[in-house]
Amino acid sequence: MTQILTTRMEAHPSDSHTLGRYEDTGGYAVLRTALAGMQPDAIVAEVKASNLRGRGGANFPCGVKWGFLAPSRPRYLVINGDESEPGTFKDRQLLERDPHQLIEGIILSAYALGVHHAFIYIRGEYPRPARRVQRAVEEAYGAGYLGRDILGSGFDLEVTVHLGAGAYICGEETALLNSLEGRRGEPRIKPPFPAVEGLYAKPTIVNNVETISNIPWIVGNGGAAYDAIGPEGSRGTRMFSLSGHVNQPGNYEVVMGMTWRDFIYGYGGGIRHGNALKAWIPGGASAPWFVEEHLDTPLTIDDVAKNRSMLGSGAVVVMDETTCMVKAALRVVRFFAHESCGQCTPCREGATWLQQVLTRIEAGAGRDIDLDLLLDISDNISPGLAWPPAMTTICPLGPSAVSPITSIATYFKDEVAAHVHGGGCPLG
Amino acid sequence: MTWDRRTEDRAAAIVGRYPEKRSAVMPLLYLAMAEDGYLSEDGMRRVAQLTGLSNAQVQGVASFYTMYKRDGVGEYLVSVCTSISCMLLGGDDVLDAVAAETGVADGETGEDGLFSVEHGECIGACGGAPALQVNYELIEGVTPDHGRALCRWLAENRPAVVRGDDLQERFGGRRSFDWGPVEAGGATGAVPAFGPLGTAGEGS
Ligand SMILES: Cc1cc2nc3c(=O)[nH]c(=O)nc-3n(C[C@H](O)[C@H](O)[C@H](O)COP(=O)(O)O)c2cc1C
Ligand code: FES
Repeated sequence: MTQILTTRMEAHPSDSHTLGRYEDTGGYAVLRTALAGMQPDAIVAEVKASNLRGRGGANFPCGVKWGFLAPSRPRYLVINGDESEPGTFKDRQLLERDPHQLIEGIILSAYALGVHHAFIYIRGEYPRPARRVQRAVEEAYGAGYLGRDILGSGFDLEVTVHLGAGAYICGEETALLNSLEGRRGEPRIKPPFPAVEGLYAKPTIVNNVETISNIPWIVGNGGAAYDAIGPEGSRGTRMFSLSGHVNQPGNYEVVMGMTWRDFIYGYGGGIRHGNALKAWIPGGASAPWFVEEHLDTPLTIDDVAKNRSMLGSGAVVVMDETTCMVKAALRVVRFFAHESCGQCTPCREGATWLQQVLTRIEAGAGRDIDLDLLLDISDNISPGLAWPPAMTTICPLGPSAVSPITSIATYFKDEVAAHVHGGGCPLG
Repeated sequence: MTWDRRTEDRAAAIVGRYPEKRSAVMPLLYLAMAEDGYLSEDGMRRVAQLTGLSNAQVQGVASFYTMYKRDGVGEYLVSVCTSISCMLLGGDDVLDAVAAETGVADGETGEDGLFSVEHGECIGACGGAPALQVNYELIEGVTPDHGRALCRWLAENRPAVVRGDDLQERFGGRRSFDWGPVEAGGATGAVPAFGPLGTAGEGS
């Protein structure tokens, strides 16, 4: 079983986050070699060759994004550790348990990109991860891996750890940049993309924590070695956060390509109390749900997309037969209604309306037209209810609120109708 | 208005961490909260002075983020996750238990100022659901009984520093993953415990 990201924390649970353990297990050796003998372009070439795709939700090829970086200077690298998509807790583990792996990835990436100041944006509700990362950054400065003239190479890099303050939308990369500039976390209209005009209107690369945690391995072993792991389009390993009604919830680093059945029943140990599986969210709260007929679909970025959903942030939330689908949909919609930044009317009003209509259905006060009404509101947020979603909003948060609606409309129409006609939930 | 010498020094150090001082608004707002126990008008004015922004700009930022509490907040802010994964495993019951034990409803602060209670959205602990935080220190695998016992314990012991490890040990259950070694630090108020802010109680 191939493991890249979680080897150290599994072997050394008591101190995998310390500099001593990191160095003892080969840490910062790749950096030494790279700074001594690799040109920045050679690192970019390895990352391109690896076919590593971003792990923050959009699955965009990392090397391709790096290739868009505009030539002007200064340039910035921003690590997205805002992790707030319900169901997702993988970056928390990487931050807490192996912060030096991330920091080495940051230094290698910054060297490759000509960046001299990098930021790690960590959500405000993650003080322990932030403390661990801050301490690791201080250790790295002390050991000469950060600061001026790193390891005698002439390369300088500063790293600042920044805490968010409770806003999911700041995970969206341009909202994150606004937040880091000391503004309200409202997404920007794109283009310009951050690679051209990002932080302080300078060229900026934003990458997820997990994405950059892979960089030391890729530079150390070569892009081709990474590209040899897993199926085409879903190379390498990937962290999945498994939660809900499974026997063994947790983060699992897996090679993609297995079936959902193998993942949920194998890694997850099956459904609690031997109950039947009803539905699962395959890639974070933004993703349309899967049901039993998808159990033999391969767990890859492209196979999930072909089935009108997404692997997104890698969060798998499993619901058993006792779960009320209206209640579950409402809980997800409530999240997006609450987290809408309010800039775009279809998102701000639409998500709130969806919440209100679902609330009355759940309370047994629904009307016959309510499912059509939900779909009509959804269509205003995401015209045509296509997949991938068409947008009337600056960012994809609005369309995310639509995913639970289309999910229950597709698979659980009868259950919605039973709420309307039976004065509440048929499951009691 | 200025803060005392120590806080001003800390503020200067925070501003120094960024290429442009405007970027220091968010950490400075936390600093202001730590100073007064909530985000006061005076605190926001000082942040505006330090970052070269108008008071209105600073208020605009402060009002955008849920963790900046402009109304008073209790000594212990209990945030119970009721997002999807926690809801599936009984997070709503934990919230009810916490509200009943403290006598403080969701979204409120008790009259004696001891507890604030709020439902939260996903706090990245879904593998250990249901989960809650006290002053943003995490406890995973919480039952309604444990939620009640936790609040009783806080009321009786009034710890000045809330240590997540300690509370997890006493009142938590299943964790999302192995947390590693116990940490000395913890939260000194309803602000995330983080070294550069000076809010991490001793040892971190
Ligand atoms: C509403 C919204 C929330 C997001 N939240 C996160 C997040 O918490 N963490 C993250 O890495 N990416 C998040 N993203 C994706 C980022 O915009 C961006 O694509 C990503 O950080 C790029 O890094 P990657 O290419 O390494 O994945 C979010 C996107 C949207 C639209
Ligand atoms: S849903 Fe509660 S911690 Fe994620």
